[in-house]
Order: sequence, then C-alpha cells, then structure tokens
Amino acid sequence: MSILTAPEAISDTRHACYHCGEDCRDEVLHADDHDFCCDGCLTVYSVLKESDLCQYYAIEGAQGISPDPTFYKGKYDHLDQPEVHDKMIEFTDGRLTTVYWYLPKMHCSSCIWLLEHLYRLNPAVRSSVVNFPEKKVRITFDTPALRLSELAALLTRIGYEPYLSMEDLSGKKAGKWNRTRLYKIGIAGFAFGNIMMLSFPEYFHLGQNTSDQNLRTLFGILNLALSLPVLFYCAADFYKSAWSALKGRYLNIDAPIALALSCVFLISIYQLATQTGPGYLDSFAGAVFFMLVGRYFQDKTYAGVSFDRDYKSYFPIAISVVSDGIETRKPITDLQKGDRMLVRNEELIPADAVLQSAVAMVDYSFVSGESQPVERRKGDTIYAGGKQKGAAIELEVLREVSQSYLTQLWNNEAFVREKDDANKSLAARINRYFSLVVLGIATITFAFWFFVNKNSETAFLAFTTTLLVACPCALLLSSTFTNGNLLSVFSRNRFYPKNAHSIERLAQTDAVVFDKTGTITLPNDAEIDFTGDPSTREELVMIKTLVGQSSHPLSRLIARHLTDVPGSQRVLTGFSETSGKGMAAQWGARMVKVGSAGWVGAVGNEEGTGQSSRVYVAIDEVVKGYFTIRSKYRPELPETLSALRGAGIRTYLLSGDRPTDRDLLAPLFGENAVLLFNQKPDQKLDFVRELQREGRHVLMVGDGLNDAGALRQSDVGLAVSDDINNFSPSCDAIVEGNRLSLLPGYISLARSGQRIIRQSFAISLIYNIVGLSFAVTGHLSPVIAAILMPVSSITIVAFTTLASNTAARRHLKKLINVINQT
Amino acid sequence: MSALYLLIIASLLVALGFLGAFIWSVRKGHYDDDYTPSVRILLDDSEKP
Repeated sequence: MSILTAPEAISDTRHACYHCGEDCRDEVLHADDHDFCCDGCLTVYSVLKESDLCQYYAIEGAQGISPDPTFYKGKYDHLDQPEVHDKMIEFTDGRLTTVYWYLPKMHCSSCIWLLEHLYRLNPAVRSSVVNFPEKKVRITFDTPALRLSELAALLTRIGYEPYLSMEDLSGKKAGKWNRTRLYKIGIAGFAFGNIMMLSFPEYFHLGQNTSDQNLRTLFGILNLALSLPVLFYCAADFYKSAWSALKGRYLNIDAPIALALSCVFLISIYQLATQTGPGYLDSFAGAVFFMLVGRYFQDKTYAGVSFDRDYKSYFPIAISVVSDGIETRKPITDLQKGDRMLVRNEELIPADAVLQSAVAMVDYSFVSGESQPVERRKGDTIYAGGKQKGAAIELEVLREVSQSYLTQLWNNEAFVREKDDANKSLAARINRYFSLVVLGIATITFAFWFFVNKNSETAFLAFTTTLLVACPCALLLSSTFTNGNLLSVFSRNRFYPKNAHSIERLAQTDAVVFDKTGTITLPNDAEIDFTGDPSTREELVMIKTLVGQSSHPLSRLIARHLTDVPGSQRVLTGFSETSGKGMAAQWGARMVKVGSAGWVGAVGNEEGTGQSSRVYVAIDEVVKGYFTIRSKYRPELPETLSALRGAGIRTYLLSGDRPTDRDLLAPLFGENAVLLFNQKPDQKLDFVRELQREGRHVLMVGDGLNDAGALRQSDVGLAVSDDINNFSPSCDAIVEGNRLSLLPGYISLARSGQRIIRQSFAISLIYNIVGLSFAVTGHLSPVIAAILMPVSSITIVAFTTLASNTAARRHLKKLINVINQT
Repeated sequence: MSALYLLIIASLLVALGFLGAFIWSVRKGHYDDDYTPSVRILLDDSEKP
C-alpha cells in the first residue's frame, strides 16, 4: 500500500484514529498525515480515498467503523447458492436485483452519506437508499456484474457487515400493518372533519324553516355515508379485539368501546330515519379518530430493535465445511452428521460436534454465563452455542442443528410461555368498574324518565347520551397517550420496553434479580493488577510484544492493559505457545515466559484464590510476578443498587459463574443479601418462580441465553446489551449496558406513568360529570356533546404529554448528570 | 339555496382529492421512514459526479 509510511515505532502521546476516532491502543499506523488504530481502519480509509469519498470525514460527527477483523475471503460464498440467494433478495428481473439488508453498524448521518454513495465504490450498484430508523439499506445493482457475495463483501470491507441470519432464510417478511393504520387514521380524520362541517347548521339550530328541510335530509344522508367506512373499516379492530376477548370469556378495554360505538351509531341511524334529530355521527367519527391516533403513538415500535429474536438469529447462515481437503460454505440447516466444519476465530459453533483439532478455547459466556473460555481437547464433545477464540478448529458434526443441545434448550416449555396481560393493565382494571357504573347510571336515568316522568322519548335520548358522554374513550386515550409518550422518553434514554404492558409491569416491580456476567460486569474489559517486582520499561515492552502474538483472551486483556507501553516491531525469535499453559520467546539474548504458575516455574498457588485468574511472568527463568485479572464491574453499580433499595426494591444476584468476588459484591447487595453462584438456567428460572410465589413482582436483568428462561418467567425480563443490535434473548425490554444505572429512574418513571393515568382519568371524570348532568336531565344538545368530546380528548392528550415529560425530567435528569460526571 | 348543493359536492370532492393524495403517499412509502430524509437533505452532494 503506497500511502502507508513506516509504522510508528515508539511514542508516548495518545493518538486518535482518523477513521474510527478511538484511541490507538495497540499500535499506531501513519498514512497521509493521519493516524490509524488498525489495518482495518486504514483499509477503509484507502478504499474511500481511491473513490474520492474522503468528504465522508468532513461530515459532522463522522465516526467510521473498523471492519470486522475476522472477515476472510469467501465468507459470503454461500450467498451465491441459488436456494440461499433467492431468500436474501427482495426482487430480481435477471438484470437488476434489489436487496433490503439490515446493517446493524449503521449509527450516524455520515453512515447515510457513505452508504448512499456506494455506486462510487462499485459502478455496478445502481442505487442505494438508507432507512436509518430500521438500519436497513435497499440496494439495486446489476446482477451479472456484481454477485450477491461480492456486494456483502463490499459492505463488510467498509465496516458495514450485513446481518444475514437464518430468520431471513425462513422467509419472514415484515408486515404492512403500519400502512394499514395510517390509512385508517386518514379515513377517520377525513370523515370526522367533513361530518363536523356538515353538522354545523345543527349545532346552531339554523335552518328551521321548511325550505331547509331538504338540505337537512341531504346532510343527514351524507353524514351517514361518511360514517360507514369509519364503522366498517377504521373501527373494525375494536370490534375484532372485543369479540375475541368475549370468546375468551373476559372483558377487555375494547369491549365497552365497541358497545358505546354501536349504541351511538344505531341511535344516530334511528334519529335520522325518524327525522327526530341529527344523530351523533360527528362524535362517533371523532372518537374513532382520536383513539386510532392514540394507538398509533402507543404501538409505534422501534424499528431496528427486535425483542423476539430466537436462537436462529444468533446462528450464522452458513459455515465452512471441509470435504476431501476442499473448503466450501454450507447452509447450517443442511449440516449432516459426520460433516467436518471449519470454525474460525470468533465464529459460533452451530451444532454439537466432536473436536478434531488438538485444542480449542470455547467461550460459552452466552450460553452458560461462565466468563472464562474453557479449553477443549481433541475428541471432546463441544455443544452448540460456544464461540471459538483463537486459531481455526475442525469439528465433526455429531447432531444436526435442530437436534442440538442449544436448540433443545430453547424449545423448553418455559421459553415459549406468553405473559398474560389482558386483564392486568391499569386501564383494564379501572374500566371493569367504570363500564358497570356507566351502564348503571344509564339504566337508572332511563328508568327514571320512562317510569316516573312517563316520557319515553326523553328516556331514550338521555339513555344514549349518557352512554355517549361517558364513552370510555377518554380512559383509553389517557393510558395510550401516557404509555406512548413514556415509550418515546424511554427510548431516548436507550431503554426499550417492548410495549405498554411492559411499562405497567415495570411500575409494579419490587424485586430485582441481576445476572453477573455481561450484566453487572463490563464485557471485554477487566481489572488487571501486576503483583511482583516492578518491571523496567524494557521488560514491559517485552511482555507486551509477547502477549501481542497470542489470541488467548487473557493475552488480549493484558496487551490492552499495557496501553501506555508501546509494542515493539522487534522480532521475537523462538516463539512457542502451548495451549492451556503459556508461551515463551527469545528477546535478543533474554528468555521471556508468560503463562500459568507451572509454566513459568513459580511456586505457590496455581490458580490464585479462585477469585481471579493469574498470569505469571518470568524473564530468564526468574519469576517477576503475576498479573491478577478479575472481571470489572460497572462503575455505577453501588449507586444503582442503593438507589433501588432506597425505593424499597429488593436486590438479588444469580450467577452462572464461579463464586468469584462474593466478598466484594455482598455488601453492595445490602444486608441479608442473596447471592447465588453456579446457577444453571433452570435453577435461575426456579428462583424467579419462587420469588413470584412469595407475591413479589420480579424484574430479571440478564444478558445471555442462560438467562432466557428466567427472563421469560419474570414479570419484566430486561436484557442488557452493549450493542442493541446484538442478539438478545426474548425479553420485555432491552437496555444499553451503560444505561443500566438508570434502572431506578426507569422504574420510578414507570410508576409516575401509572399515577398520570389515574390523574388524567380523574380529569376525564370531571368532563363526564358535567356531560352526564346534562345528559341525565335530557338537556344535552348536540352542540355541547360535539364541543365536550374533542375538548376532553385534547385536554387528556395535552395533560398526559406534559405530565409524563415533566416526570421524565424529574426522574432521569439527575441520574443522567451523575453518569456524565463519572 | 340550490347553490349550496353544488358547493357541498364541490367541497366533498376537494376533500376526497386530499384523502386520495394521502392514501397515495402512504402507498408510495412516504411514511415508512420519517427520519432519514430529514438528514439526507442536509448532506452535501459530492463535488464530483
């Protein structure tokens, strides 16, 4: 590469990478007067430079992505196989092909710019259009000129690896429900506006003389015609939902709404037919319109965040298979018993298999919660779900993917249980009494006019207007708009509840169970101390250079710890690495050894205290000391836990890991803390179930598949993910790792949300009482009904929005400031 | 008063036209992504074609 000048040998100043903006930790590459942290970033830079796309770096906030270092040529070859190809594309006519791919790494506006200039990188790309909220890009390209695998490789080379999973293979396509909702809102709004306009003469009692009678009839017919699509199309969902609830023998919030809408519509038809009045079609259309808008807000999902990913999305589509010495890519669904797989560094082992290579380091942290990779030797059975760390290994498939341990675990009954929300939501609970009271008042009013005053006409009028005025739509609006607004406040703070029900259950939480690995510990980071003789600078350089040669996770951590120590380009001679023990090399005339106590010849405690891992260093056969490596906890953990306990919430720890750091963690979890270690997935699930039996509302915080059962069982399953695009097990909410400390704030905000719903319900009751006092006396004129209905709706919407935003500021701002300071 | 019939029909037709425009725009996908266009318009075109 011509632009590459000599690598920086030794330097003490920090360099920020020109491409990705990160500090250059391992090495500094210098090119074109810019610094780069790794070959990957430099490669992207040169690709962009060749195509004159360096304008990218001028965009505000541009922060490039370092391409996946595990990429290798041929990784996407399987995409060209016809049966995979057809499932990965959106459309093709043989000459032009369109794909709509998910690129999880997309994160800022400069990404949009770069991805929409793909045609400059490869002229076969005709167009590329980004949908940023969904993190997807639609690319149209010339088919014979650019193969699908080449397109995927192109994206990966500039850092945007497409996310292609088995879920895509099973042919699931996104529904068009969002558009249907917009049609319904549009039509209801259109009908509402026009009916109101045609009803104006009635509001002001105009046109009482006979010549206007024809106009009055025409207006009535037009209103009826306009309200028909509202009844049959826009409001259909309310009827469907109410009907399915009735079939299940319970009343949901939609049942009284459906009843009220039907009553209003039938009475309007009766009045129009008998020419006794104009009906209430304006209120009818308005109610449907406002309720649809409310639901649209509430159900607006976060495109790009997926809650129901299952193990399939965790698996790659294809794996390298070796037969007769030839490596091919094979879809993992086609894996047969006896196939020999080639699994590279950081790749997932998709099926139970027997190891054929000498050694493997398998990281099971996602499946079991165990934080340290485990060593496996030739002939060992390796279960699916582990990730290989280090050199590529060969394995012989023992069971097909669908028969594997991981798949079996996932299909466990506890994982498929759905949480029953229908009757638990606050609005539904209030509504149960509300509907009864309203029906009671309406019946009494009717009876009073009919039997006492002997006035049947007023009796019917009062009966229907009572139902109309007390329509529970205000109740529905209060909860939908409050929850909808809270959902958007939460997502601004990187907390993504699945739906409104999750918020309501979050508000009830009185016990929080934490998983350890990856949840309260920081992934890919560790606390490292050096114990022993203080090393000279040269010795540190020697150690860093040596560990830089190894892909063992502990080596990577030590190399990272020695950031300030420059690596040397000096060549080590006689390098040897013995898996599970350590490594050794010559530095000039001196012998450097790094590894276990036995490897370097240290006497004493082999494994440390069981609390941490130790890596010993010996130079010229003299033991210099050891690095102690222990998991690093999130720095805000103590404050988070004490804030939770301050709010009267109990805290527990459940870990699948060894009982390291018990002494450190126990004080944080308070007196009589329950800290359980070595927990298997089903033990975690049982623990949560036991807490629930004691009547507690449990929030489980977890990250891996090993927590999936407990997440399902708990009232709120919260998945922690430092990168929300990563796989996360089925859960009710997802939070970004660095925002976990806001959890107490999230819970108290959810509680405020419930209070706001009650308050806004009280407000709508005031309107209802005013309206009812007119209605039961039979004096409710259409104009008052027409004004009261939208005014009450708008008040509710305004109140819930203001109140929930104020509550968000109160509960979250303080905590966010604390985070920013640390 | 007969002018009213004409006016009402005209106003309804205009309103229907707008409803049709709305439905057309939803169908064309104008509401599928309500964020990216707002960013795209602020990004400069590249200097070279």
